[in-house]
Amino acid sequence: MTAPFYKFGYFNDEVSLIIAFVIGLFFGFVLERGGFGSGRMLAAQFYFTDMRVFKVMFTAIVTAMIGLFYFAWMGFLDLSLVYYGDTYLLPQIVGGLILGIGFVIGGYCPGTSGVAIATGKLDAIFYALGGFFGIFVFGEMFPLLKDFFYSTHMGKVNLPQFFHVSYGFVLLVVILVAIAGFTLVEWGEKVVAKKRTENK
Amino acid sequence: MFKFKEWFTHHLEDNVREGELTPYHYTNPYLIGLLLGLVLLATFVIMGRGLGASGALSTVVAVGVETVAPSAVENNDFYKGYLGDGTQSPFKDWLVFEVIGLVIGGFISGAIAGRTKMMVEKGPRFTNKKRFLFAFIGGALMGFGAKMARGCTSGQGLTGGAALSLGGWAFMLMVFAGAYATAYFVRRQWI
Repeated sequence: MTAPFYKFGYFNDEVSLIIAFVIGLFFGFVLERGGFGSGRMLAAQFYFTDMRVFKVMFTAIVTAMIGLFYFAWMGFLDLSLVYYGDTYLLPQIVGGLILGIGFVIGGYCPGTSGVAIATGKLDAIFYALGGFFGIFVFGEMFPLLKDFFYSTHMGKVNLPQFFHVSYGFVLLVVILVAIAGFTLVEWGEKVVAKKRTENK
Repeated sequence: MFKFKEWFTHHLEDNVREGELTPYHYTNPYLIGLLLGLVLLATFVIMGRGLGASGALSTVVAVGVETVAPSAVENNDFYKGYLGDGTQSPFKDWLVFEVIGLVIGGFISGAIAGRTKMMVEKGPRFTNKKRFLFAFIGGALMGFGAKMARGCTSGQGLTGGAALSLGGWAFMLMVFAGAYATAYFVRRQWI
């Protein structure tokens, strides 16, 4: 096992911040390049006119998921040292729902609003201000929300553990769902496009 | 100019300024997805963690509240989580540096592709003022929701998704459910 490099102490915290900056550069570049700096493009997803968000997100997840599995299988990466948040099922379901509603009203998500502001989208500035305000409201309400926020804690649990199946099986299911999803949206986009031209 | 730039700018005519959304002005979504996945994978391998965004905004809010009303932070675990132990600046944080990189990286890509014009993203039948109001409301919901869920589309969706986190997948399904359920009511804003 040699990875994750940081967890094995190959470099210190100062260096990790430089790495954060460089990774951010790539992250931002790829997001903009993919069209995620455009609120209309992000929203198009929810009207079935352009399914880029779905395609990009799902391809990215599948790519990183397979990579993780492969590196772990090779003995190169210790999966147990890869950090992801604990599951708090109910707060995450409610939070996801609120975030989804905010997504289609606001037109961005926190990361893409940064890219949008960088490329001159004025509405994204208002979005980010709203974001700060929402976090502030959450912070101020935190004493009230605390009990719910810490409820249904399930620890660091992944899908294979939860469903008592092997990691490889979940991997396969996700890949198959992705392929089915891509096929479906490619077909769906054509149907919607045809309808839109007929209506003109 | 040199060829490299041409390769990036051969679709200079920006679709969002046209009436219609056409996908080919940006790089192929599957290729972009692959690249984004590799960035995420590199983060896992190098850092042992994933990407994020909303955490950096929270740091800014927490520092702001602490500056204005230090006593308000004292009994609040939420703010405290973003302020660290006080031995170093809360801005010396992985996500803060990542988001600074993200903004610059986004600008570089936009500049190369000729997409840095000041504009408002909205459908043709919607006023700027209303759009700004909606953007603010949406942003506020998103900020609140992201904190409730302990992460946003990057931290929970991408990172949790690729790590097969149960919470990440539950979160992501609900994001799409919430957005699709609301889309009809705000359609005038976009189409």
